[in-house]
Amino acid sequence: MNILVSIKQVPDTKVIKVNPKTNTLDRSSAPAILNPYDAHAVQEAVRLKQKHGGKVIVLSMGPPQAANAIRKCVEIGADEGYLISDKKFAGADTLATSYALYKAIEKLEKEQGIDLVLCGKHAIDGDTGQVGPGIARRMGMPPLTNVINVESVDTDNKLIRVHRKIEEGHEVIESPLPCLLTVEKTINEVEYAPLPNMLRAARYEPYVWSVDDLEDVDIKQLGLKGSPTIVGTMWPPEKSSGAEMIEGSTDEQVSRLLEVMNDTQELLAVKGGDGA
Amino acid sequence: MSIEEYKDVWVFIEQREGEIFDVGLELLGAGRELADKLEVNLCGVLLGNNVKNSAEDLYAYGADIVYVIDDPVLENYRTETYMKAVGDLVRKYKPEIFIYGATSNGKDLASAVATEVMTGLTADTTMLDINLEKRLFEASRPAFGGNIMATILCKKHRPQMATVRPKVMKKPEADFSRTGKIIEEGLGLKEEDLQTKIIDIVKSAKKSVNLEESDIIVTAGKGIKDEKGMAMVKELADTLNADLGASRDVVEAGLIGHAHQVGQTGVTVTPKLYIVIGVSGAVQHTVGMQNSDVIIAINNDPEAAIFNVAHYGIVADAFEIVPKLTAELKKALDKEGVTTNG
Repeated sequence: MNILVSIKQVPDTKVIKVNPKTNTLDRSSAPAILNPYDAHAVQEAVRLKQKHGGKVIVLSMGPPQAANAIRKCVEIGADEGYLISDKKFAGADTLATSYALYKAIEKLEKEQGIDLVLCGKHAIDGDTGQVGPGIARRMGMPPLTNVINVESVDTDNKLIRVHRKIEEGHEVIESPLPCLLTVEKTINEVEYAPLPNMLRAARYEPYVWSVDDLEDVDIKQLGLKGSPTIVGTMWPPEKSSGAEMIEGSTDEQVSRLLEVMNDTQELLAVKGGDGA
Repeated sequence: MSIEEYKDVWVFIEQREGEIFDVGLELLGAGRELADKLEVNLCGVLLGNNVKNSAEDLYAYGADIVYVIDDPVLENYRTETYMKAVGDLVRKYKPEIFIYGATSNGKDLASAVATEVMTGLTADTTMLDINLEKRLFEASRPAFGGNIMATILCKKHRPQMATVRPKVMKKPEADFSRTGKIIEEGLGLKEEDLQTKIIDIVKSAKKSVNLEESDIIVTAGKGIKDEKGMAMVKELADTLNADLGASRDVVEAGLIGHAHQVGQTGVTVTPKLYIVIGVSGAVQHTVGMQNSDVIIAINNDPEAAIFNVAHYGIVADAFEIVPKLTAELKKALDKEGVTTNG
C-alpha cells in the first residue's frame, strides 16, 4: 500500500514576533519546523506501512529550505520525499495550494500508484484545514477529516474504516481506497527516530520539481494569480481601554476582588444555592 | 462568471437528528447584519432527513428564506452528499456570501464546497463586515497562531465564504412574529451510489468539561509554572464552583487535557466571570475569551497584554494572592451558605 503524506514547513507560531512598525510578521524571528499535525500523519503512514507493506511518500510545496521538513519526515520513517518548488507557486491561498499539490499527486499516482493520502488536520500558521479536503475533491477521493483512529485497512477489498472526531464523540466511517484522511494529534504518539533513520535523514535530498516537471498545469490556477482570497489589511490585536487596575496590598486587592465578584454577578449566591 | 448575478447572504444550518446547532442561529444573527447592509435576503440552508419541520423556526432568528433538502441520504453528514447538495444550491441560486459554523463538519463542508465551486474561503473568522463602497465581504481572523489579525477579501469569485467559530457571534433573540418562505429542492443521490458509509456514531460519555456552557471559568496560564500552581488554581476554581480553563502552553506542558484549552485552537467561551491567572494574553488565547461578561486578570507583568482585554487587573504574584483569595472566598461562602438565597 503506497501512502502519500502531504506536509508543510511552518514558522513556529509560538515564538514568531510581529514588527510593531509595519504590522507584518518577522519570519526570521521564528524557526521553521515541520507542522506538528503533519508529523502525526507521517507517523500514522509509517505505522500502516509496517502493517500492510508498501511505502511512504512525502510531498510538500515550498521554498528550497522546506527540504528540511521533508528530512524530518524521513527521520520518522518516510521512504521518499518530493518538494514542488517554483516562484509560480508563491502567494498561493488554500485553493491554489490544493491545485498544485493535486497536480503533483496526480503525477506520483501515475508513476507509482497511491492508495491513501494523509494530511495533518491543519497547519499551525494558517489553521485553516482547507487544503486536505481540497486535494480530495480534486482527486475525486472521499475526504475523511479529523481522524482519530484508523480502525482497519482491508487491502484485498480496498476498504478503510476510521474514526472521525465530531462534536458529540466520534463516528465510525467506511470508505473505499484510495481516499484522503486528515488526522488529529491524538491519532498516535510520534516516536523517537531510530538512529538509522536519523543518519539517512541527515543526508537525504528530496526530489525537487518545478512547474515544468508537472503535467497539464493551468498556470492561471497557481500561486497568487490562482488565489481567490487576498489579505486586505493586517493589524495588531485590538487594544481596549484596558482594565481597571486594582492596587494596594494583597489583602486590599483580595477584598476589592471579592466586592467585584459580588457586585457583578450573584456568583456567591449561585454557589450557596448549589450547596443547599 | 458575472459576480453581479450573486446576491443574498446564506448561512449553513448544521443539525443532528433534527436538532439545530446553536452556531447556525448565531450566524443568522451575524448574517442578518450583513444582509441588511447589502439590502438582500438572509437565507438558511438546512439539509438532513425529516428536517423540513424545523425550517420555519429559522425565521425567528432572522432568515427570510430557508433552502431545504430533505432526503434520507442526508441523515448524517457525509462530505460527498452534503457537498453535492450545497454545490447544486449555490450554482442554482447564487449567493453573494455564504458562512458556515467552524465545527468539524462545517469546516469539512466549506472546504469541499470552495473547491467544488472554485471560490475563496476564509477559515475561523472572528469578525465579519461589509465594505459597501466596494460591495466586498470583509472576513477577519487571527493569523499566525494569533499573533496578528488579518482581513481576508475575495474580490473576483462568488460566493465569498467564511467559517466562524461557535460562540463568537451572539445568538439573536428569537422573534416569532417574523415570517419567511421555504424553497425545497431534491438531492438526486441514492445510497447505493455513494462511496462512504457511516457504520456507527459513538457519543462520548458526557465530556469531562464543557467550557462553552460554563458560567464561571478560572484559567491557568504559563505563569502558574507546574502541578503545584495548577493545584492552587484548581482550588480557587473548586471554591467558586467554576470550571478550569487553560492556555495552550499549559495544555502542551501536559498539566491539563485539551478539553480545557481556551483560545483559537481550543474552545471559545462566554462565561459570566472569567478569572485568568498567569496568562500573557496572546491573541491565540484572547479570541477565545474576550466576550466573557467580566474578566479578571492576575499577572505579575504590568505590561502583559491580558490587561488590555480584562475589565479588572491585578499586578501580583499569583502564588501569593490566589491562596489568599481562595481562603477569603471560602469564608464568604460559608456565611452565604447559612443565609442562602431566597
